[in-house]
Amino acid sequence: MSNYSGSQASNPFYDPSLNKRHFKAKAFKSFSIAAIIFSISFLIFFLGDMVYKGLPAFQQSYIQIEVTYTEKTIAFTRKAIDRKYRKVVSRAWLRDIPKRVKANPELLGTTQMTWVLLNHQVDQYLKGHYYKVKAKDLKLIQAMQEQGKIELHFNKIFFTHGDSKIPENSGFKSAVVGSILTLLVTMVVAFPLGVMTAVYLEEFAEDNRWTQLVEVNINNLAAIPSILFGLLGLAVFIALFGMPRSSPLVGGLTLALMTLPIIIVSARAALRSVPDSIRQAGYGLGLTKVQVVQDHVLPLAFPGIMTGSIIGLSQAMGETAPLIIIGMIAFIPDAPSSIFESATVMPAQLFTWAGMPERAYVERTAAGIMLLISVLISLNTLAIYLRKRFEVKW
Amino acid sequence: MSQKNSTKISVQNLNLHYGDNHALHGIDMDIHTNQITALIGPSGCGKSTFLRCLNRMNDLIKSVRIEGKVIIDNKNIYDKDVDEVAVRKRIGMVFQQPNPFPKSIYENVAYAPLKHGITQKGSTCDELVEKSLIQAGLWNEVKDKLSTPGTSLSGGQQQRLCIARTIAISPDVILMDEPTSALDPISTEKIEALMLELKQQYSIIIVTHNMQQAGRVADMTAFFHLGDLIEYAETETIFINPAKQKTEDYITGRYG
Repeated sequence: MSNYSGSQASNPFYDPSLNKRHFKAKAFKSFSIAAIIFSISFLIFFLGDMVYKGLPAFQQSYIQIEVTYTEKTIAFTRKAIDRKYRKVVSRAWLRDIPKRVKANPELLGTTQMTWVLLNHQVDQYLKGHYYKVKAKDLKLIQAMQEQGKIELHFNKIFFTHGDSKIPENSGFKSAVVGSILTLLVTMVVAFPLGVMTAVYLEEFAEDNRWTQLVEVNINNLAAIPSILFGLLGLAVFIALFGMPRSSPLVGGLTLALMTLPIIIVSARAALRSVPDSIRQAGYGLGLTKVQVVQDHVLPLAFPGIMTGSIIGLSQAMGETAPLIIIGMIAFIPDAPSSIFESATVMPAQLFTWAGMPERAYVERTAAGIMLLISVLISLNTLAIYLRKRFEVKW
Repeated sequence: MSQKNSTKISVQNLNLHYGDNHALHGIDMDIHTNQITALIGPSGCGKSTFLRCLNRMNDLIKSVRIEGKVIIDNKNIYDKDVDEVAVRKRIGMVFQQPNPFPKSIYENVAYAPLKHGITQKGSTCDELVEKSLIQAGLWNEVKDKLSTPGTSLSGGQQQRLCIARTIAISPDVILMDEPTSALDPISTEKIEALMLELKQQYSIIIVTHNMQQAGRVADMTAFFHLGDLIEYAETETIFINPAKQKTEDYITGRYG
């Protein structure tokens, strides 16, 4: 500040208004920095909370006990283990005994020391969360723990199973597969439609009332509440065309409607940023409009189009409301194998789990959010990579 | 000499409107084969607009309305049965700002001939690219880096690349819209020398703000003012002994 002090006599550059102007600039800068710090701290809090709550879900408690495989225990699976363990192990694990024997016939007639999945209440107790376990069973667990017969293993079930009403048996797989199928449909429909629309509006259409109307409507479409797209999908795709309810096909088409305006708007912006001199050069050589657009304008606009489309798709991926309307909130234990089967998507699965009373679903919800966010971050990274990769040096 | 004076383009009573703005007023002009014709005049006088009428580039602007005839090889290019794409193939154009395609040097030259079916991929195409670059005086500078982007060249090289690209489709006429106004004097000199060489094979029409340039290269010079063709004569006549007062004022710098 001493630079600006002094008087006209000693310093010919002295300007009394400068102090105030510099102060304003500094204040503006510090406000901007404060805003950034504020939003980053929110982000860190949110992510930290999710990781803290979600990490336990990647481990699950197992107990090492004897399991007897006989004809009788296959029929009555509860009898495969000692009576005293029946209240602590998972019903789902017992239910799967016949399946296990079928896969491994030599098990029949033997008794094995096996790591058996514990139920979610015991699991929550072992992870130090709220639990509901009878005192008698608690004593048993503590005794087993002292013998080292209780361990936390990596939770494979979370990645290989679909939804389940038994928390320790529920996983994210069917939601992930559902999301992939749905997004595939969205991409296949929205990307070509959106890009072609943008190319037509930007390069071919005449600027008249009609195209202006289309333009205004596309811009408005981007601002419509997403749940209305769900109603549209319900009315058109399911009621009118009779497509299968809850299917990735309908979900993908509905999300495509929602993503279209985003793709169109961003693709138009990318096309507009291609310098006109390129078009002039092409026309000057006697090329047709299609040749100019296809070979010279589109390649230049491509990185921008890709970025916009991927951002549109990642937005579609996080969308829940329209999918609830068309029934993709369904209970899906088995992952769908085609776009015509009932399916759910990641955010819808999270929504379902978030509403469950069992404490064990809390960590699963958080873990699911972690997965969803990491997929979104990878998609956005891909968008940045594509932009850099295909950017033409000017 | 008789061939030199034969008329290549005959413009008859050409009127052009941008919406309500009457930009060219009944232009009549005969442009000769194997000559360089310079169009001079103050900014906004319509010389670039006139140039762009000759290969129907103005068709790209929606509000433009054109009346009159531009007769090239006994055919009015504004006739209903003439496709403007075919016109632009015969009448090449070089722009003010060098605008190579963001592709390799080779592709810049080869793209249009391949699309027009003038050449096929392979050795004939390589030959055509080489020939065009030699004609444009660029071959020695780029022969070792044909696969590098055209945009990596210097401004003057880019402009010569644009010329090579234009002559690769062997047009009859080359239109140049202030081709050196974005270049330094050395690059300008190279382009001018190139133009003098090219006029052996092509008819060249050049718009320029640089009157010395018109004096140096042009056989014929046309002076435009406010949408009128004031005077059109041999370059020497225009610069030494102009018939009209307005031309003299402009040439001597009293106007403009």
